[in-house]
Formats: sequence, C-alpha cells, structure tokens
Amino acid sequence: MDNLIALAFSAFILQNIILTQFLGICPFIGVSTKRSSALGMGLAVIFVMLISSTVTWALYTYVLEAFDIVYMRTIAFILVIAALVQMVETFLKKVSPSLYKGLGIYLPLITTNCAILGVAVLNITNGHNFVEMLVYTGFIGLGFLFVMYIFSMIREKLDFAPVPKAFKGTPIALIVAAILAIIFSRFGGLIEWIL
Amino acid sequence: MTKKENFLKGIFSENPIFVALLGLCPTLAVTTSLENAIGMTIAVIFVLVLSNLIISLIMHNKMLADLVKPVRIPVYIVVIATLVTVVEMIMHAYLIELYNSLGIFIPLIVVNCIILGRAEAFASENKPIDSVIDGIGMSLGFGLAIMLISIFREFLGAGVLTIWKSLQIDLRFIFDFLMIEPIDMFIKPAGAFISLGFILAIIIAITNRSKARMAEKEKEVKSNG
Repeated sequence: MDNLIALAFSAFILQNIILTQFLGICPFIGVSTKRSSALGMGLAVIFVMLISSTVTWALYTYVLEAFDIVYMRTIAFILVIAALVQMVETFLKKVSPSLYKGLGIYLPLITTNCAILGVAVLNITNGHNFVEMLVYTGFIGLGFLFVMYIFSMIREKLDFAPVPKAFKGTPIALIVAAILAIIFSRFGGLIEWIL
Repeated sequence: MTKKENFLKGIFSENPIFVALLGLCPTLAVTTSLENAIGMTIAVIFVLVLSNLIISLIMHNKMLADLVKPVRIPVYIVVIATLVTVVEMIMHAYLIELYNSLGIFIPLIVVNCIILGRAEAFASENKPIDSVIDGIGMSLGFGLAIMLISIFREFLGAGVLTIWKSLQIDLRFIFDFLMIEPIDMFIKPAGAFISLGFILAIIIAITNRSKARMAEKEKEVKSNG
C-alpha cells in the first residue's frame, strides 16, 4: 500500500508530467490561456489517458509479449491510440452530447499530444503491473490537470502585467513555468515526511 | 520558390521551434547536453527526410494517391512510426548510451508535430525532390535550434560542452576566472523553461528591430522619391 501511495505522489508532484518530464508541452503553452479551456483539456486528457493506457498495457502484455513481437510497440501503440480517440469521440457524441460539447473540441488535439503515447510507453518501460499502471496513469493525469489549471490562472493575470515587449506571450509564460518547476521540484522532502 | 529558398526557410523564416513553436517537448527534454541534442538531430533528420520522400512518392503515384486519400493521416502515421522503429532499433544496437539517455523521446518522435505537419502541409503537395530538400532544411532548423539551447544550458549548468562521449570542450576556466560555480539549475527542468524563454525573447527582439529598420528604410525611400 505504501508502495502505491509513493507511486501516486511521485506521479502527481515529483515526476510531474509537464514540469519535469516535458510531455504535453504543446497544450500546456497553447490551450492554457483561459481557465475553462485548461479545465476542459485536462479532463479530456485524464479520460483518454486512462482508456488508452489500459488498452495499450493489455495489448503489450497479452499480444506483443506473448507473440514475441515487442519491436512493434511504437507502431501498435500509436495506431491504437489514434483509433481509440476517434472511437471515444464518436461514442461520446452519441451517448452524452453534453459531455461531448465540453470535451469534444479537445479530443482531436489529443492524438498528437505526446503525453498520451508517453505515458503508455512509460508504463511499459517502468514495468508496472495492472494496479500500478492504473494508479500511475490516473495520478499523472491529475498532475497534468492541476498544473494546467494553476498555469491558466497565472496566465489570465499575466495578460495585464507590464512585461517588456519582446517577452510578451510565450517567452514570459515559459519563465513562469520555470518558477513553477522550481516549486514542484522542492516537494521532494515531503514524500519522506509522509511515509 | 527556388530550391535554395526552400532549403533556407526551414532554418530561418519558418524555423519549427523559434517561429512555429512546434515540437517543444523534445526541445525542452533532450537539451541537457550537446551530445543528446546532436543525437536527437540525427534521428530527426533521418525520419523527416525519409518520411517526406516516401509520402511525396505515395501522393504522386496516381493510383496509390486515390487509394490513400480518404485515410491519409493514418497512413502518414504508419510510415513515420515505421521509420522511428528503424531508428530505435539501430540506436539500441550501436549507440546504447545515447539510446538510454534519450530514453522515451525516441519513440515519441512519432508524435512530434513537426514531422506530421511537414507531411500534411508540404510533402503531400510537392515533388519528391522538393520534399527531400524541405525535410533537410526543416530538420536542420530543428537541430540547430536545439543545439543552440543545449549549448546555452550545458555551458551555464556544467561549464563543459560534450560533443561526443569523451570529446568535450572544457570551459570551466571562465567560471574560475569569475570566481563562481556553474549554475546547476540550468541542467535541471526549470533551466529548460528559462533558457527557451530567454532565447525566444532575444529572437523576437531581433526580428522586431530588423522589421522596424526595414519599415524606416521604406519610409525614407518614399519621402525621397
């Protein structure tokens, strides 16, 4: 149990997917200008990440490893993820139009989001079992949502801040992200204190 | 557009990192040392040039193009993923240290927006030769940008520049001369964001200034004429 708590905490804060692993930087910079869109993107990522990681994990363990064709990993994963995103989109449209309205516009963007493929591959290279995979993926997704939301709140204020002309827009956003990264990297001692 | 313009646009006017802000994940992650940046550049050159060539050949064959058009994005992804798998296997076999230090970012070349973006925006509509030139220019633009960032980071963070394994340029005497230590924050994740932020701001400032100068010149010509 301790093991799982440590895994969850490190996935959420210490190895935060955006600030220390640099996955999903494109939506982090691109979609975080408004709070509502950051929230929508974050929820869509958690949703797709959980489904795609479960499917790719099962595919790897029961098909690729069983038939000894692990070198097909990259091709198999990306195709499964692309198909899955399409399927989720169609399914949501039919079953829950209101949810589709909220998440719909972010779903196509997710196929090229490296966070999804990245977490699917990380689950394999870290050798997680099924439960560890679920916990890790869930908390990585929560970490993504958390950082996106904080960052979008800062950026809403940043629009009115008097920054030098050359720094307007992306450069100042990157520097704010650096400060967030420093803060997150300092939580290292906390995990030893908790356990 | 001449062939030279086609080649140079990837490096300057349409630089994928500094102008289009594409492919930021590998940019931030692999720039901890110059060696990693060089390895990533070679991998991207291989994948982008060949994917541009193959996709352009497919789309210029009339029969194949008709067949592929309705499902073109999945086809592009399969082509790119196959090339990335080839790179992954070659690196694993011959360059195991580089393979370990680039880690997850080798398979992630598949979802690098630069490669899919060039396939969709350029290679599918242009001749194979032009597509190859475009691929070389774009991947060199990407490579030079990440090398610039990694030089900045490794110099400030460690004081050395690693070109290949033990081939290093030791610049620590500059820090000794100034009586300070290298700032190891620049090797850490936060340093990646700061470096990219500052380099981007400098490039924006330079382009703004040259634009203003050009506008002034035009004004002078007009008032004289």
